This record gives sequence, structure tokens and C-alpha cells, in this order.
Amino acid sequence: MIANSFEYSAPGSLKEALALLAEGAKPLAGGMSLIPMMKLRLANPEHLVDIGRLPELNYIREENGELHIGAGVTHFEVESSPLLLGKCPLIAETAAHIGDIQVRNRGTIGGSVAHADPSADYPAALHALDAKIVLVSGEGTRTLSTEEFFLDTFTTALEPGEIVSEVIVPVDAGLTGTSYQKFLQPASGFAIVGAAARVRQEGGKFTLVRVGMTGLSGNAYRARNVEDALVGKEVTDANIQAAAALVADGQDASSDLHATAEYRAHLAGAYTARALRAALARSA
Amino acid sequence: MSTTVTKLEKLVGKRIKRKEDPRLITGTATYVEDVKLPDMYHAAILRSPHGAANIKSIDISKAQALPGVVAVYTGADILGVGSVVCAADLPGLRRPVHHILAQDRTYFVGHAVAVVVAKDRYIAADGVDLIEVDWEPTQAVTDPEKALAAGAPAVHPEWPDNTAFVHNQEGGDMAQAFADAEVVVRQRIVSQRLIPNAMETRGVVADWKQADKSMTIWTSTQIPHLARSILAGQLGLDENRVRLIAPEVGGGFGSKLNVYPEEALMGFVSMKLHKPVKWIESRRENFQTTIHGRGHVDYLEIAAMRDGTILGLKLKLIQDLGSYLQLLTPAIPTLSVLMMPGLYKFRNISAQVIGVFTNAVPTDAYRGAGRPEATHGIERMVDMLAAELGMDPVEIRLKNFAGKDDFPFLTAAGLTYDSGDYAATLDKALEMIDYKGLRAQQAQARAEGRLMGIGISTYGELCGFGPSPATPAGGWESATVKVEPSGKVTVMTGCSPHGQGQETAFAQIAADELGVPMDDVIVLHGDTSIVQYGIGTFGSRNTAVGGAALHYALQDIRDKAKRFGAKMLGVEDGDVVLADGHCTASNGTSVTFQQIAAAAYRGIVIPTGSEPGLVATRFWEPSNFAYPYGAHIIVSEVDAETGQIEIKRYLAVDDIGNIINPLLVDGQLHGGVAQGLGQALWEHGIYDDNGQLVSGTFMDYAMPRARMMPWVESAHTVTPSPVNPLGAKGVGEAGTIGSTPAMVNSVVDALAPLGVRHIDMPMTAGKIWKLIQDSSIQEKKA
Repeated sequence: MIANSFEYSAPGSLKEALALLAEGAKPLAGGMSLIPMMKLRLANPEHLVDIGRLPELNYIREENGELHIGAGVTHFEVESSPLLLGKCPLIAETAAHIGDIQVRNRGTIGGSVAHADPSADYPAALHALDAKIVLVSGEGTRTLSTEEFFLDTFTTALEPGEIVSEVIVPVDAGLTGTSYQKFLQPASGFAIVGAAARVRQEGGKFTLVRVGMTGLSGNAYRARNVEDALVGKEVTDANIQAAAALVADGQDASSDLHATAEYRAHLAGAYTARALRAALARSA
Repeated sequence: MSTTVTKLEKLVGKRIKRKEDPRLITGTATYVEDVKLPDMYHAAILRSPHGAANIKSIDISKAQALPGVVAVYTGADILGVGSVVCAADLPGLRRPVHHILAQDRTYFVGHAVAVVVAKDRYIAADGVDLIEVDWEPTQAVTDPEKALAAGAPAVHPEWPDNTAFVHNQEGGDMAQAFADAEVVVRQRIVSQRLIPNAMETRGVVADWKQADKSMTIWTSTQIPHLARSILAGQLGLDENRVRLIAPEVGGGFGSKLNVYPEEALMGFVSMKLHKPVKWIESRRENFQTTIHGRGHVDYLEIAAMRDGTILGLKLKLIQDLGSYLQLLTPAIPTLSVLMMPGLYKFRNISAQVIGVFTNAVPTDAYRGAGRPEATHGIERMVDMLAAELGMDPVEIRLKNFAGKDDFPFLTAAGLTYDSGDYAATLDKALEMIDYKGLRAQQAQARAEGRLMGIGISTYGELCGFGPSPATPAGGWESATVKVEPSGKVTVMTGCSPHGQGQETAFAQIAADELGVPMDDVIVLHGDTSIVQYGIGTFGSRNTAVGGAALHYALQDIRDKAKRFGAKMLGVEDGDVVLADGHCTASNGTSVTFQQIAAAAYRGIVIPTGSEPGLVATRFWEPSNFAYPYGAHIIVSEVDAETGQIEIKRYLAVDDIGNIINPLLVDGQLHGGVAQGLGQALWEHGIYDDNGQLVSGTFMDYAMPRARMMPWVESAHTVTPSPVNPLGAKGVGEAGTIGSTPAMVNSVVDALAPLGVRHIDMPMTAGKIWKLIQDSSIQEKKA
């Protein structure tokens, strides 16, 4: 439970950090995933660059009708931000489900997103929010949709030398209702399944539906089949139930000590329905 | 001489905050890891990654060459050190030799193979990675029933049947009970492997002083004196030149009621290098190499009459021992046999225990040690019998309880229960929880299609270990009371409390007896150079046995103090009373306890036939165990869509005899309930067929968290134990023992409308969902 020896740098600016990363160093933010892997010697980076202390990555602000969350913002800061609680409650609610208070005090949104754990909580919410992920390297900046960014298990569109610099989520108009519903793995606190839903209704019909699902398979995803099955349909529980039942279609459900594939797929449907109902109750 | 005596309030029975806590919560307590000695080396251990493997060769040259590495030792180096001790014995017991480092073969994942000693712990860990072992993995077997099957891989090649022992116990005439029975209910019940996971992992510092031929060992243990005796034997040292210190110990739960290979290994290293050396167990090592608990497969048969009268119980118990016998490994399942009858008066039992070797870390005592398994068995079988007969689980219990006038009560397993009124305790619980109202609520819930369950367990246990003939290494306990010249009081107990709170409870007892403020009393333990020989802490024995020894030592102090007081007051010995911190003569004159202490050390006034000083030591041997009992009731509701169990109410009414400090009792119960619910709902030490411990980290092993705990409503009935002068029975394990059957009975009751009769632990949501799915499918087919 002792890591191999490694070099550690704590640069004072993002520019300096990017230069070190370009040389092959690995970024360290909150260390909530990387450090345990290093202690088990499953990850053996030779050089860590601490980007968790950079003020340039630590902000939550509203700009042009969008909310910008710096990569270095901790889960606790997301969960307790008055700005996010007021204007994008789904991201704050989701952050409150992550790990435990110690993890939330250290772990960062950028680190979690870059790690792309298939059971992490954020990806479900980010898919449902049509969030954008901003990446930066010495070569410049690019902005990706969540579907462009999350590629596979622990795999993202990040290139060597590139880091997540911020996450952009929308200001959800007052009419939108959102909810994140999670079935906890009792040991780790990760999601066996986690469903994020975002809905609007008008005249008794769904006008907007977004569903993000995490935990079910090797990669969190946006459940477009569920969305398509509901948009334009009447707001009834039968419609929700029928649409939610589609969430696992075409997915290769994971199986482990804590849930068989069959059980996970069932839970995915049940939790999608729960998230949709809760979101609906919060929509105007 | 003073004449005003103020009546002092009694401290025993009061909720008093723990004296131990300030140092714990301010981070100033000393654990083994906090012991730092000059020139101390650090050790790390290479462990087997295989369930079973031959070691074809080991190359340590690269590790030896690493700068900062001082020494590397392997199995070939330690043959002069005695092997790991198992203190339990059974007729025909097969005892594998358990060297402190593996020889040519390893038997479980985590088996220690080599030790690297270095200038710091980081280099030591790097050195471990540089040792090259040529492994030849062989087939492992980890399931005890598979290990018993013909053709199974032999854990120890010399014993191909993997059987360490077969132990039979009969009481009454079980064959006749079966012949007479109108109904027999049978069930296979598993008490799964559990991983104790004390918050502080194990750790050892050994410091050999060659010039004195003396050894000091700091180790995180529940049994400092027994560990010293064993380690002196293993290392070939004089017992009086070995000082063993159990400093602050961060939890044990039985897992530190043991002497492990690393303790002698560090002694060996220090003797080789003439330097102190430290080893601290990592959490991963703790999962893999510190003993596990439970590991039972029980085949139970209960024989009864149609009116609910239980005639007898038959048990075939398959105990997963793991690969070796640790200190008490084979004794634990025999305790289950002793507790088979529970609180019931039936006269016939028949038990067979088969101890099975598997390629896993040994099982041994874990909170409750044999009694939770037994209680789970009988309390499940009684519920299943009630269901079979269409009786209420309360009614069948009341019908079969030993009566309050039956004590001392000789059970079918041959124990003599000390005292109790089981029906009264159950009645109190039923009244507190409004049992009739609950059943009406349940009928309503069922009508609405909700799965609500009410589970009852009426548990009994044997505590206060125990009469020495019935324990492997003596069951008495010791206490010294040393009154200083200033009247301050030092208690030295042979117990080794590590969270139980005896620094507080014993101070309450001493303060009451001597009439001194509680702050004037300190309680020392855990250092063999300070404390007289003692047995240690396990089996809910500290208060019932250690407290009794303290009580008698305090009586000696009181007697001597009275003689000094009488002499000082110029009256006859029989003319004084010692109360409220004063020795008072019938003429109203008095001296304070502190004045007496000063006089006893000044040595000018000495009562005839007495001597200076005010110190007493007593060793107390209990005549019997103490037998706490109780009724736990859990109201639960199962979410049919997900299989998740919600505990709506948890009520525990426990009878633990007289209570010294209700706050400590609450803490013990809450912790015990948490561990019991952990077993019932989440925890499972799982080895795969290759011998890998697949639930070997906190990412996969679900220890209960605070947020997973229900509110525990707690109450007591008080039936003092006649066995010890305090009337205490013990509470350390009650919660662990009472909770698992209450939880399983509750969920089985919830699912009874679906035809569910039994569920094995842990009752994970996935398992419950599957049960609901399967029974709904069956329903549809029918």
C-alpha cells in the first residue's frame, strides 16, 4: 500500500503545468482515484503535476447564459454552490451523491470527468444536461459534447498532454425539472446504476427529455431511445414506465460481485423511471 | 479528627462519559504505529499471490542489493523460531505446522514468504517487489463442502480428506426425539465468512537488547500476557525478560485474540540485527492475513410436536477452518454446539462438527465467536417451525422458553444457565413495539401488496469467559489496586480493554468502593511490566470477570483501610464503617480515606498483625459463565421493485445483568448491532475457486456505514448474574448475536406471502430481487 517513488511538481500557473504535461507528466488533482491506484502499484507514474491547486481552474461562474465550472472545483463546492443550486440543481444534486464527504472535499469535477469511471456519478448528469467539456493543452483549447468526450471505460477523447479545464452546463430555465437517482453499491458508494433525468412539459406533453445513465455498462451514455419515446407524448406514468424500460436496450450490461447483468438492467429501468418521475414533479 | 461526612453519590449505574476519549479524539493516543525508536528499521513482507502454490525457488539478490535494504529473510532462515500456536485442542485434531514464513509451499493468498528489512518503509516495500519467486501454482479449494468431496485438491497433502477433526456431542436422546416427533423441519443455513476489519490494522515493534537478553514487543493485541508467554516460547526467551506492550488498540473484535506469525518474525529480525524493527499491516494485508470469522455451513433439523413443543435439534456443522489453525480456530464451532439450545427447554441435541481445511486465511474468533452462528441457527429454525405449524413466532417461543423458576437451568448441551426470565424480556419488547398493532399494520400492508416483515430473535449467549477448565488458557482474571500515599488510586487490570471502556467503568467501581472522586482513579492495562499476569479481553468478560477481580481487590483495600482507620481513631476494628470516603467510628469521629493512605505509608501507626502500604492483588476464578439474553425485534419493508430492505424499526431489549455505565452499554450494543446487520445484509468474505479473495478491499467488502444504520431503540430488563459479585453478565457481543436472526426473520416474514421460507446471509438487494422474481414466476406457473 505504498506507491513507487515518483517526481512531484506543483506549478504556479496553468501554462507551466501544460508545459510539464507536454513532457509526459501525469496530472494530479484531488487524487481520489489516482492515489489509491498508485498505492496498489497499479499506476506507476514517474512524474505527477499537481493541477489541483491552480486558481485558474478553480471557479464557478455564469457567462452568456451558461455555467462554467473550473476543473479544479471540488464535488463539495459543486454540491453547495448557491449559483449551481439555483440555476443547475441537477449538477449539484449529483455531486452530493459522490462517495463520502472526505472524497467530496478532495475530489474535483475535472478529475472525475477525465477518469471516466463507468460507475461515476457526474457523466449521467452531464449527458442529461447537454454539457460541454473544455479541454486544454499547450496547443490550444477545444470544446466537446459529452458524447464526443466519453468514449469507453476509463477512456476519453483526451490526448496526451491535454487536460480537462472546465465543464459547461446550461442555466436550466425554471420550467425544467431534473433529478438524479442512484442505486448505491454498498461498499464503494459508486453507482450500480445512476439515472439523471431532465424534462419539460407543456400542455400535458413532454417537450424536452434528456436521460443520462451511468453504471449499467462500460460507459455512461445518453439514453436517446428513452428520450425519443417520450418527447411529444402525453405525460402519463404508463408512458414513463414504457420509455424507461427501454434504457438498457442495446447495452452490454456489466456483471460483478454486487449486481448481475440481469439485475443491473432491471435497476436501470427502475431508476430511469424514478428519475423521470422525480424530474417531472419538479418541472413547472 | 474530622466529623463531617458528606454522602457521596454512587457512580455505578450512571451514564458517565469515557475517560479514554480525550486522548483518542485529540489524536494524542499512542498506537503501535506511533512507537518510534532510535535506529529503528522497517519491515515489509512478501506474500503469496496464489491460493495454493509450490515455491520452486526464491531469488532475493536484487532486493538485498537495493540501497537501504538491511536484510532479507526467507523460510529457510526462520526454522529456529517456534511455529504459530493453536491453544485449542480436540481429540484427534490434525495440526499443520504453521511456520512464521512459508517453506516450500504456500496455502493461501497472503501467506508470508519473505521479509525485507530496510531503513525506511518505502525502501522495504520496494525491496519486496524485487524478490523473484518461481511459483508453481497448484489447484486450490476454498469452499468447505467442495473440500470434503472425493477427489478435492488436498490443502495439506498429508491429509487428502481435508478434515482437521470431527467432533460429536450428544445430549438426551435425539433418535427418540425424531421417533416421537409429529413434525420435523430441515434447513441448510450458511453463516458466511466475515472479515473483522478493526479500524487499526495489526502492527508490531520489536526491540531486542542483546546486553540484557531482553525483548520489548509492542503489538496490537487483546491478550498481552498470553501473547508474551507464547512469543517467549517461540523465540526461546525467558518470559520475565520479555516485555509485551499492547498500547492503544484500535479495535479487535476477536481478530487480535491471537498471536500471528509477524509478531515472532519481528522478534526474530530484531534479534538478528540487534536493532528495533517495525512492521505495520496494510489494509490489504489485513483483509488477506488477519483471521476471518464465521464460515459455517449448518444442516439443521428441528423435531417438534404439532402443538409447537420442541423435542430436539440436530446439527451437522461444516466449519471452514482455512489453511491453518490459529490460536482458537477449532474451538469456535464447538461453542456453537454449546449454544444450540438457545433459550429453550428441549432436552435432546445431536451435533457433529466437521473442521475442514481450505486454501484461505484461518477463521477464528470474531465478535460472538460461535454464538452468533448457533443463535442464528436455532432462531431461524424456531421461526421456520412456527411457519410450518401456522403458529405465531411469539407463541412458539413462549411455549418453549425455560421458565423463570427453572434456574439454574441445565440445558440439553450441558451448560448451566445462571439466571433469567426470558418471557418477561420478550413481553417487554412486545409491549414497547406494540406487537399486536404491528401485525395489524402488516395485514394492511399485505392487502396493499407491500412486503412488510416483523422479525423476532430471542437470543442467549454465554459470556464472562469463563471457568478455567472450560477455556484453553485459563479463564480467571486479575486486578491490583494500588493506593498511593496521597490517596490517589491506580487500578491494574489483567484485562486488556481496547474500546470497551473499562478505564471508565472500573474507575466508577473503585471510586464507589473507596469513596474517592472518579478522577482520583486511573486504570492501567496492557503492559506486562506494569500489570500482574492477566488473561485479556474477549468473550464479553471484562466486567463480569475482570470487574469481579477488581471488586475483591477493593474489598481487601477496604478491610485494610478500616483497620488503619480504627487504629488511628483508637477504637476496635469492628467499631468502624468505611463509607463516603471516611472511616467513621460509632462515636462519630472519623478519618478520611486519604489520611488513612498517608498513615499506611508513613508507617508509624500500624495495626497489630497488619503491615505498611495499601496495595491488594486478587486473581478471581469464576464458577460459571454468565448468560445474558434478550429480545430483538426488527420491522422491515422490502422494495419489491429493487429488492432493497429498509429497516423501519429496530428494538433491542437486553438483559445483561447489572449495568455499570449505561453509556458504555449503549455503545457496545450499537456497535454490535452494526456488525450483526453488516453480516445480515452486506458483508461477505468471498474466495473464488482459485483462492483469490475477491472481496478483499473496501471497494468490494461492504462494511456498514453510519448512514446505513437504523435508529436502535434500546431497553433493558435486569436479572443479576449470581456468578459474580457485580451481578454483571456482559454486553460486548449481545448486539452481534441478537441482530442477525431478527433481521433474517424479518425479511423472511416480509416475503412469506411469496412462499419464501429461508434466506442465507448476506441478504443483498440483488439476492432478494432474484428471490422475488423467482417466486413470482412460480406463482404465475401455479
